[in-house]
Amino acid sequence: MAEATVDNLSKHPRTGNPVSRFVFTYVFATDHKIIGLQFLFSSMIWFFVGGFLALAVRWQLAWPWSDMPIFGHLLFADTGGQMSPNFYTMLFTMHASIMIFFVIIPILAGGFGNYLIPLMIGAEDMAFPRVNMMSYWFMWPAFGFIILSFFLPEYGPAAGWTSYPPLSVLNGGAQTLWLMAMVCVGISSMLGAINYLTTIIQMRAPGMTMFRLPMTIWGMFITAIMQAFALPVLTAALLMQLSDRILFTGFFLPENVSINNGVAASGGGQALLWQHLFWFYSHPAVYIMILPAMGMVSDIVSCFSRKPLFGYRPMVYSITAIAGLGFIVWGHHMFISGMNHTLAMSFMVSTMLIALPSGVKVFNWIGTLWGGKLHLTTPMLFCIGFVSMFVIGGLSGIVMSAPPVDIVVHDTYYIVAHLHYVLFASSVLGVFGALYFWFPKMFGRMMNEPLGKIHFLLTFIFLNGTFFPMHFLSRMPRRVADPYIYDGLKDLLPLNQFMTICAFAMGAAQIIFLLNFFGSLWFGPKAGRNPWNSNTLEWTVPSPPPHGNFEVQPIVRRGPYEYSHPDVEEDFCPQTKNDV
Amino acid sequence: MGRFWSILFFLVPILAIATLVMANFGIAPLETARLPRSFSMAGDTIDQLFNGIHLLSALILSGTVLSLGWALWKFDHRRNDNPKARYFTHNTRLEIVWTIIPAFILVFLAFFQMKSWSENKMDRPTLTVNGQSVPVPPIVMVKAKRFGWEFHYAGDDGIVDTQDDIYIENQLVLPVGEDIVLQLESRDVIHSFYVPELRLKQDIVPGMTQFAWFHSREAGDIEIMCTELCGWGHYIMKADLKLVDRSTYDLWLAEQKSPYTPEFKSNPEVAAAENARYTESDARLERSAQAGNDLAENSIE
Repeated sequence: MAEATVDNLSKHPRTGNPVSRFVFTYVFATDHKIIGLQFLFSSMIWFFVGGFLALAVRWQLAWPWSDMPIFGHLLFADTGGQMSPNFYTMLFTMHASIMIFFVIIPILAGGFGNYLIPLMIGAEDMAFPRVNMMSYWFMWPAFGFIILSFFLPEYGPAAGWTSYPPLSVLNGGAQTLWLMAMVCVGISSMLGAINYLTTIIQMRAPGMTMFRLPMTIWGMFITAIMQAFALPVLTAALLMQLSDRILFTGFFLPENVSINNGVAASGGGQALLWQHLFWFYSHPAVYIMILPAMGMVSDIVSCFSRKPLFGYRPMVYSITAIAGLGFIVWGHHMFISGMNHTLAMSFMVSTMLIALPSGVKVFNWIGTLWGGKLHLTTPMLFCIGFVSMFVIGGLSGIVMSAPPVDIVVHDTYYIVAHLHYVLFASSVLGVFGALYFWFPKMFGRMMNEPLGKIHFLLTFIFLNGTFFPMHFLSRMPRRVADPYIYDGLKDLLPLNQFMTICAFAMGAAQIIFLLNFFGSLWFGPKAGRNPWNSNTLEWTVPSPPPHGNFEVQPIVRRGPYEYSHPDVEEDFCPQTKNDV
Repeated sequence: MGRFWSILFFLVPILAIATLVMANFGIAPLETARLPRSFSMAGDTIDQLFNGIHLLSALILSGTVLSLGWALWKFDHRRNDNPKARYFTHNTRLEIVWTIIPAFILVFLAFFQMKSWSENKMDRPTLTVNGQSVPVPPIVMVKAKRFGWEFHYAGDDGIVDTQDDIYIENQLVLPVGEDIVLQLESRDVIHSFYVPELRLKQDIVPGMTQFAWFHSREAGDIEIMCTELCGWGHYIMKADLKLVDRSTYDLWLAEQKSPYTPEFKSNPEVAAAENARYTESDARLERSAQAGNDLAENSIE
């Protein structure tokens, strides 16, 4: 199929000494599966780093200025383990930056996107294997900058993950490292996006029409389009802020702002400009972080309902509609920002419209379950958890899209509740579901079901215990190191302590996942080609798939969701099956 | 186990709605977990909107997640005697129904709330002067800075940001029962002016002059919060807001009404900064330097 696009470099070197073989197979790999796993593992490591930062934030909110367990005395010996306010600011800044840019986007687009796109469309590899490798290796300078920034005297970047100037321009040198890291992450994502688009458009197996693509691939495809269009804007904005910091330009600095100990800034800029540019990327980024998960959830729900995905085409159209509308709603982050107040009206309408395709997706998932023969395996439970949590996250989104209500909830814990229901309770549950589902394909072994179910149960209970009470805290501003300094917030301490205990329990539940993941990696029962009796192409190849993926060119004869077809004896019908 | 999981999902809307009701009606242990009582009519409207959309959300949440749980209850493969699942792929009529009905609800919501938004943010209150309606002038200029609030009251000329302004720090006193307009400016980074009781929030962007307004019907001692990250001291950036009746306010203001008020005199730095503001040349530079020194002092931990 693709002689022209897969070059010799992307083949495993079969000869040479073992060290260079190892290096070229697993380190400077051009095979999409290895690159996918590289993204997966680095994201998992950062997931735990970001999680620890979140727990430290929660610690401060529950027991302000007390001795942090383990880390308190290590970092703040002179104050008796009491963290400094600047450290707290760093904590939530880096928690968000790491979780968004180093975990969710790379694990969804980089990890699952890389691993699944060629396998699910019947291709030998990505269209540009070396660009793919470059995409992964651009993450490492970013990792380096961020790790380095932790060792600066101010503990790390501390302007919030949104980095609003003038504060971000005025902050210490860690912010420069943060900006450079984000530029590298952006380049990585853009390279990935170009690769995914080309691969999906050009390298589908014969018979794999666009409307026979599994929803996972649709999710990745639309995501790649969004990244390709939105990321250049963010990259430009990051470079502008970088030049404001190091070349003393004035893109975002108005007149009369004093920075750097009294040196008047060059001025003439506009602080709101950054917010427009930033949210023009970062609102689509919200969908970049959930559309691939929605796609994977659709596939998993259909597989374990043993039933076709209800309304395949509406599902595709709604993903497309979410992406399209996602580009014209960024202003809803700025209702209170000082942006023209009339403009808020139009952003409100476009934001509310996004609820329509999102609702269609939820209704279709329920329609898929309806009348099925449900197998409540661990991946299925995570995906149903995804759907139910996405409903909560979506509904609180409608609440805040109303500008008058946003006057109250903007920059308070209500927003924190909403974004964690979408990003943690939806995207991350979807990622867990996908991990449990494709683990047999990736590593050739099954994960342990009872442990998986306990992991799901504990995560599900404690995430709600952590994030649901935040909906009641619309008078508690976010990013405040010690809210109890306000008399009106003093009575919220017990509730915050409850949330913190739940957060720690949720963190502890992830140990079960780690045990299960690494235990199954070595001791799990061997998985066959198709342990879940699924239809899509990746299940027709051995687990794990060999280099080059397919032994013979797959010919696709039907859509991906022909479960329980009345004319077929089994309750599934692989896309390549030809005798129906 | 199938039943167990469906009960788990049944619990999601039940607990969500139960806790929301407890928080809204002040039932223990969530009696503190709600917004404080609103002090203004505009705030009441926002509350009604907030509660109304929450009610609608509760209905949708129950509908969707209960049917999710029911699907788990009913269609588990161990209790489903059919050898196979039912085979159906789509239903265009159903798709149209569940697109059109929410669309109507949302369009209604969108138009319904526009009035509240415009009275809060777009239509500045007016007064009638000589038969002409003019916008209410700002009673005080709020200057946000790292990490505190300056309040500049209009002096005898009734205009803020002039030489006879009365300067107070971190304490705002305002009369109730009338339209109050605030002029919001920032000295350095972005701040945000939030008073939960008044349902009033506005980011304060350096380089921009903005106006916020409210009409409180109740007197009381409440707090002003900063709700935009402005640096390490973001959490200490609070001010007291005293809402008093007009006569108390006038009395209080008269006490402050010397350009050399105790506050003014006791704070030579502020006095110097204020004087620098009105010198013709280099005013801008000096002010920047002054604010910069403040910053430098503040950033030392």
